[in-house]
Amino acid sequence: MAGNNPLEDLLQQLKNARAAPGSNANGTGNVSLGSVGRGVGSGGSLLGGLGIFGLAAVALMIYNAYYTIPSDSVGIVQRFGEYSAEKDPGLHFKMPLGIDTVTILPVKRQLKQEFGFATGGATNVSQNRPDFAQQGQMVTGDLNAALVEWVVQYRIAEPRKYLFDTRNPAETLRDISESVMRLVVGDRSVDEVITIGRQEIETVALAEMQFLAAKYEIGVSIDQVQLKNINPPRPVQASFNEVNQAQQEKESLINAARREFNKVIPLAEGEKDQRIRAADGYRLRRVNEAEGDTARFNAVFAEYSKAPEVTRRRIYIETMQEVLPQLDNKIIMDENAQQMLPLMHLNSPQGVLQ
Amino acid sequence: MKITSVLLAIIVAGVFIVVSSALYTVDETKQVIITQFGKPIGDPIVEAGLKFKTPFIQDVNLIEKRNLEWDGAPGNMPTKDKLYIAVDLFARWRIVDPLQYFLRLRDERSALSRLDDILGSETRNAVAKHELIELVRTTKDRVPLRDALLSDTDERTLSGLVPITKGRALVEQEIYAAAAPKVEVFGIELLDIRFKRINYNESVRPKIYERMISERRQIAERFRSEGNGEAARINGNRERELKRIQSEAYREVEEIRGDADAKATGIYAAAYNSSPKAADFYEFQKTMDMYKTVLKENSMLIMSTTSEAFEYLKSMNPSGEK
Repeated sequence: MAGNNPLEDLLQQLKNARAAPGSNANGTGNVSLGSVGRGVGSGGSLLGGLGIFGLAAVALMIYNAYYTIPSDSVGIVQRFGEYSAEKDPGLHFKMPLGIDTVTILPVKRQLKQEFGFATGGATNVSQNRPDFAQQGQMVTGDLNAALVEWVVQYRIAEPRKYLFDTRNPAETLRDISESVMRLVVGDRSVDEVITIGRQEIETVALAEMQFLAAKYEIGVSIDQVQLKNINPPRPVQASFNEVNQAQQEKESLINAARREFNKVIPLAEGEKDQRIRAADGYRLRRVNEAEGDTARFNAVFAEYSKAPEVTRRRIYIETMQEVLPQLDNKIIMDENAQQMLPLMHLNSPQGVLQ
Repeated sequence: MKITSVLLAIIVAGVFIVVSSALYTVDETKQVIITQFGKPIGDPIVEAGLKFKTPFIQDVNLIEKRNLEWDGAPGNMPTKDKLYIAVDLFARWRIVDPLQYFLRLRDERSALSRLDDILGSETRNAVAKHELIELVRTTKDRVPLRDALLSDTDERTLSGLVPITKGRALVEQEIYAAAAPKVEVFGIELLDIRFKRINYNESVRPKIYERMISERRQIAERFRSEGNGEAARINGNRERELKRIQSEAYREVEEIRGDADAKATGIYAAAYNSSPKAADFYEFQKTMDMYKTVLKENSMLIMSTTSEAFEYLKSMNPSGEK
């Protein structure tokens, strides 16, 4: 207290007290026992001053005896340092002069901690740490390296444990989280960590963190572990991409071959059917023709059988009639003129008749 | 009047000073050792609340009651397989014997420095006795999940999980078992010690990356060759299918045609061969048909008058029958 005027002192204290309530999580800016005592000591010379001082002190005490707890929080009241009550949201009265101290804890607020990365503007002081680049570096179970980013969502579940059982519970939670995540990642292959095992890692890590949080009595309940980006180390990323590309390449090669297959085979099946149908047509034609031919023959033969000699002769002569006029050279020889053959003018345009 | 009031004020102030020196509070998070001229007096006070002491000559020494943190500074140390790794540990501890703690260490700074020494050296011992993989992995015989796309031939080509005999949890327990009795003498109970970070040393990393890259390359190469192989297989299937379909078509066509020809032949034979007369007539008729097609204008025909067609040229009644 710099001023020698007790009134000035008091006003200064009032100012301090007014600024403090609500804004300070660790109790509401009490005027400590010691400072009031000193005030009494220095103001003892004037009775009037003492009276004014006493009045002001009482006003200050009453002013400091009220406090509000926001709707998402509870207040833990300690009397002479000893836990006495847990207060719900609302306006409350407490004993002044540092007899009661109140700590307000936001028990309903969802808090989060980030690992391996940091987003700005956090109200929770333990949300991230400047060494986030190191937080994410891990060794996998096949001795590869991976960069893991994750988030832990938690709430303060047991305010008394949170306040009284462990110092720095939020920092402890960060340690637990990093340790557990490495333990889980250390048991998995790099492929599991980066691609297929994400879901499982979240589940296993959550269970393990909950177990440790309970064991360490930090009074928080962990609701969720969420994996964000998981990447191979930067120099290796290109080769991981190469694997993805090769996978795509493989698919496209197979698809191209399948396309060619699909282009050719159904066509060949169709052509096969076409040829079989054509052959079927041939069969029908052959059989029908044969049946037609034989029907015709049978019909003619039936008539022929009635008068074979005459019919035969008729057919013969009819044929001759049809055939002979077409011939340019016709030679009809007497049966006795055997030797005339060499004398024939074979090239003569007219037939020779002897 | 004036003197009385001043006297009163002095008395009030004096009483107040004495009382405030005799009274002290103990927070839930603290325990207290009372010292008189630097010498501890009585049992430690572990209950929270308002307490009394002899004013002026006794001092209050606050000692933490909560679980405390110890965050080991990351250090580089070699493993059994001569790999330099950066190890970062954390431990939880608490002061269970405040008197002992107060006598031996006095304050937390020196406690942390002892813990640094003891836990640090036990960690180095434990790390040096184990291969890196024992510090990384925990669950023995864990079978990793496999990517369905990578499944068939991967057992041989991927490095997979390295087998372990102990695992991280057991190594942590070893460090704990070695360190816990050593800190007990300071009135400290070590609650737990765990690895927070284990990383490759900067100098080792390029080699690790190189290995990872070569492993990825090999996987990529296998994908490509699998793709080519599968494509070749499909192409082979295509050729086989094509040949099968075409040859089946040929076979069926020939079968059908043969069948057709056979049927036709059967039909013809059945009709033409029904009697000798029919066969004879068929032959005659076919011969006549043949004449019609074979004999054309440029053919020369020499016929005898004895032939039936021209027999009447010589005689009206050549055979003399009519």
